[in-house]
Amino acid sequence: MSILTRSKRVITTAEVMESRGINRREFLGFCSMMAVMLGLGPEGSGKIAQAMEVKPRVPVLWLHGLECTCCSESFIRSSHPQASDVILSMISLDYDDTLMAAAGDQAEAIVDEIIRDYKGNYILAVEGNVPLAHDGWNCIVGGRPFKSRLQETARHAKAIIAWGTCAAFGCVQAARPNPTQATPISQLVEHVPVINVPGCPPIAEVMTGILTYMLTFDRLPDLDRQRRPKMFYGQRIHDKCYRRAHFDAGQFVESWDDEGARQGYCLYKLGCRGPTTYNACSTIGWNDGVSFPIKSGAPCMGCSEEGFWDRGPFYERLQGMQQFGIESNADMVGKAAAVGIGAAVGAHMAVSVAKKALQGRKDNASDEGNPS
Amino acid sequence: MGYQRLPDDGDLPPQRIFDWPCRAWHWINALLVVVLIVSGYLIGTPLPSSSGDTSSLYVMGWLRFAHLASGQLFALGFLFRVYWAFNGNQYSWQLFLPTFWKKSWTDGFWAQIKWNLLLLKLAPRYVGLNPVANVIMLVLFVLPSLLTILTGFAMLAEVTGHDSWQYFCFGWMVSIFGNTLDLHLLHRLCLWALVCFTMSHIYIAIREDAVGRQTMVSTMLSGIRQYRR
Ligand code: HEM
Ligand code: SF4
Ligand code: SF4
Repeated sequence: MSILTRSKRVITTAEVMESRGINRREFLGFCSMMAVMLGLGPEGSGKIAQAMEVKPRVPVLWLHGLECTCCSESFIRSSHPQASDVILSMISLDYDDTLMAAAGDQAEAIVDEIIRDYKGNYILAVEGNVPLAHDGWNCIVGGRPFKSRLQETARHAKAIIAWGTCAAFGCVQAARPNPTQATPISQLVEHVPVINVPGCPPIAEVMTGILTYMLTFDRLPDLDRQRRPKMFYGQRIHDKCYRRAHFDAGQFVESWDDEGARQGYCLYKLGCRGPTTYNACSTIGWNDGVSFPIKSGAPCMGCSEEGFWDRGPFYERLQGMQQFGIESNADMVGKAAAVGIGAAVGAHMAVSVAKKALQGRKDNASDEGNPS
Repeated sequence: MGYQRLPDDGDLPPQRIFDWPCRAWHWINALLVVVLIVSGYLIGTPLPSSSGDTSSLYVMGWLRFAHLASGQLFALGFLFRVYWAFNGNQYSWQLFLPTFWKKSWTDGFWAQIKWNLLLLKLAPRYVGLNPVANVIMLVLFVLPSLLTILTGFAMLAEVTGHDSWQYFCFGWMVSIFGNTLDLHLLHRLCLWALVCFTMSHIYIAIREDAVGRQTMVSTMLSGIRQYRR
């Protein structure tokens, strides 16, 4: 049975998995892994397994707006060998123009069908954002501006997942001066909860983890002020970074390839954004936990943070202040002001002293014996 | 009452300007600001790497400790000073609210400007805060301090985590800016505002002491202002 065939009969996720040749052992292995990642405790694995066996599978529409597809690339490389398989069957990716077999009108018809059949019961996953300028013609999908596609599908969704920094915060498309007026999903949707899963791209395990949580427990994970799931975005890279001991000790890489770099010192001085970046890289790692940027000697660029493209230069600690000239930062502006005031004070002091001296002489000359 | 110009001629009796809590706050605050400026500067742009055994070094650790501890004391002091504005003597609120709507104040302001441009022969004598210094205090000390405290606690909330009371109280700062790097930027700009303040403040005080006709630095020590002819 193809996952694209839907019938009105309730199909559970487990059934779909079975039909895709995922055996029980693999299935339970997946459940345990997810339970650990989501921090659900010892009973978690059983709960996930049970939910998947009895709950109807939830259709997921996966739309692509203005984006580079790095989120999908990350997603299909989930580390657990079966994770991508499991997830792909679990979310019954009914529509994902990058991954599905169908194309053209047929494919577009699926979207309308899902909206009709599962009104209020499907999850909308959006990769990329919406360029609003010029009536949206900067992003055409299926012959129409992406804007209208998003509006139709968002209206009846149960929840919306905004994949990646593009969908969550705008990312590079929305960097100044943002010519296409690329706009994050949460600013365009009302009445439907939006979950931001930032990162450029987000870590595969984070993506599968969030989907698993939503599908098995049928509710949204706990979100922070920026609508990011707390379980993965609750801490900064800096909080769990294995180079943190060098930070506290005051041992920094001063320039690329110096002795400190070979010793694995902290990358703070080379502009590491770990102290202001909320993500799970320093805990989960990338590519099956093999590494993450800092482990490979590159500072974090803060890819999962709002407006990170506009917070450069990437390899300098102090953020630029283009308002004051293209290469300036807080210290240059501040020092200039301080030097200015210092010069003014110095000049004023010199003039005051000179005047006092002159005046003193005049006073002394005019009324001898009556000093003020 | 606040600022009041005194007659230009004749001897004037000494006046009590600052009560002891005000003076204590001033000097403790000055010390804390110095510690905060030095440690804060070094947190953002650290010293050259220390060499040695990582497990026995704690350079950034101590700097951050000094900064966070004195930062919180600074904030408490600021709170106290706001409280004292209402409960101190008749001059204690002038720091936060120059009486710019009063003619006596604006006249004093222009007189002080003229005096500083060396256009007046006789230095004005007054009780309360010098209006020009007062404006500088408001713009380069009170407002930047408030901003430093807000951004400081918002950054502290990142350190203590999303379950902390700091996040509960100051997490809204994060929502305003989105990217918390901006908090660091603002905080650091305030450092420079405070550096500028410290320079001009000390200069004005010492200059008034030296060439004006009343005491300044010793007034902040004893509370009493004495006048020269
Ligand atoms: C006179 C007032 C202050 C000055 C001049 C000052 C200065 C600074 C500077 C320059 C930085 C480095 C910023 C950067 O480049 O990243 C910093 C960091 C910081 N300051 Fe302040 N600060 C002051 C008051 C405070 C207060 C009241 C608090 C509140 C507790 C505070 C908390 C912090 C925190 C949490 C950091 C980040 C430290 C870290 O990396 O973990 N500061 N401060
Ligand atoms: S490398 Fe970056 S994240 Fe790691 S301790 Fe240093 S500043 Fe923090
Ligand atoms: S280390 Fe920083 S820049 Fe790199 S992927 Fe993680 S959050 Fe993004």
